[in-house]
Amino acid sequence: MMGFWHVFTRDVRLALRRRMEWFTGMFFFSVVATLFPLAIGPEPKTLHLMGPGILWVGALLSSLLSLNRLFEADAADGSLEQLVLSPHPLPLLVMGKITAHWLIAGVPLVTLAPVLGLQFGLTHEELFTLVLTLLVGTPVLSMLGAIGAALTLGVRGGGLLVALLVLPLCVPVLVFGAGAVEAVSAGLGAQAHVSLLMALLLLALLFSPWACAAALRIALE
Amino acid sequence: MRWFHYAAPQTFYGLAGAWIKPLAVLATAFLVVGLWMGFAMAPSDFQQGEGYRIIFVHVPVSWMSMVIYLAMAFWSILGVVFNTRLSGMMTRALAPTGAVFAFLSLWTGALWGKPMWGAWWVWDARLTSELILFFLYLGYIALTSAIDDPRRGDRAGAVIAIVGAINVPIIYFSVKWWNTLHQGASVSLTKAPSMATLMLSAMLVMAIAFWLYTIALVLYRVRTIILQREAHTDWVREHVRAHAPGGLA
Amino acid sequence: MNWTHIHWASWSDFWAMGGYGFYVWGSMAVTFLLMALEMWQARQARLHTLNQLQHLMELDAQDAAAAPAHTGSAS
Repeated sequence: MMGFWHVFTRDVRLALRRRMEWFTGMFFFSVVATLFPLAIGPEPKTLHLMGPGILWVGALLSSLLSLNRLFEADAADGSLEQLVLSPHPLPLLVMGKITAHWLIAGVPLVTLAPVLGLQFGLTHEELFTLVLTLLVGTPVLSMLGAIGAALTLGVRGGGLLVALLVLPLCVPVLVFGAGAVEAVSAGLGAQAHVSLLMALLLLALLFSPWACAAALRIALE
Repeated sequence: MRWFHYAAPQTFYGLAGAWIKPLAVLATAFLVVGLWMGFAMAPSDFQQGEGYRIIFVHVPVSWMSMVIYLAMAFWSILGVVFNTRLSGMMTRALAPTGAVFAFLSLWTGALWGKPMWGAWWVWDARLTSELILFFLYLGYIALTSAIDDPRRGDRAGAVIAIVGAINVPIIYFSVKWWNTLHQGASVSLTKAPSMATLMLSAMLVMAIAFWLYTIALVLYRVRTIILQREAHTDWVREHVRAHAPGGLA
Repeated sequence: MNWTHIHWASWSDFWAMGGYGFYVWGSMAVTFLLMALEMWQARQARLHTLNQLQHLMELDAQDAAAAPAHTGSAS
């Protein structure tokens, strides 16, 4: 556990020194949320209908954007190798990095979403569901994204390649996340969706640290 | 351990080479019979007229696109467990054919859907899942192509193939869920209510033909990959010397 | 199963496919075209590899032949 904690606090501290980076993620999310109404027209009914989907896709793309930074800096200065060679179990250390990444890149999205949701005319209930699903879903996105980032470490075409690899895997999260808000709009409950999201979170917690650790070892050989 | 004997690239090269021609001949035979059954013998469909005949290629390519991905995951797991070089080579040999079949599944599906349901594309669970499967193939190919070191590429590809395979049922389930909740097009492209036996048999024969074709082509392709990877060995040098330039088989 | 019974009255019926000709033949044509392309590409890759490896071996042979002469003159 100490290993997890050390890596986690280190990454958070480093990120706090580079505040611009998590600003960029939030900024991107806002820009995407603004682009869609510009593209599809200001008709409130349409925006209300499409809002949950647009916001979820925006969050997905924004968290993808920030993935490269997860391992790049450490790989460049050699600390990643130290991490892999350390006696602490690598999956645990990896979880430390992923959790820090989620805190820095994912949680701001969750806090920004209700504000942006107001632009789409979402009701309080819908906004609550949106925040809840993002809270449960963004960790999964971070974990899946970490696997992609580890596999493509130092590979050309990195950013787009990660997106190509990771986006298909994120489809279930997107479907259940956006679907939950739409279910609430339709007056049906979102319990099923949220339960499924939590199941995905559990599944991701169970296997992605090991997949990511394996991917890192492969990348650093 | 005869299995490990055949897992050596040199032995597998010879074994694969012996099987390609027989498989190709068998595939052609099944193809000819299947096409005859499907296009000369089979009657019209009550609802879909002659247009239903697309299923004689659509169903085989769809099945193969899924079978090939499972095969890739299988070889990847073997590679992780036994650390054999051949596993990565086989997975790489399978991917292009799988991607082509996934694309063909979408193409033939669209051409089937347009006259039947009026749209080139419908967001039903199966077509959408097939599209995502196509993306998974492209992802594997992109990743393995982008990594210069072959062994690192093999291992990275294995991870993404296995992770993808675990996700495929989840993706399919979520897309199905998404589709029914949205009251989307509830068309099921493979559910022909009661197919005439002849139609079913023709489809089966075609499916076998495509399966044999796949095995033959993949074995052919893996032999080229083996030559590239094992170029430094004596047996490859001998083999290259024995095949004149300007190319024979 | 009557193997000799043919469903079509004429060749033009066959090509027309009851009005669905474009879709059926569009599917069949692209399917077999792509498969043929795949086979062709696989063959090209093999020929290219064989030629390339042979070329490399020739270069190695040249280097081996040249090396003794060089070491002789270096001393």
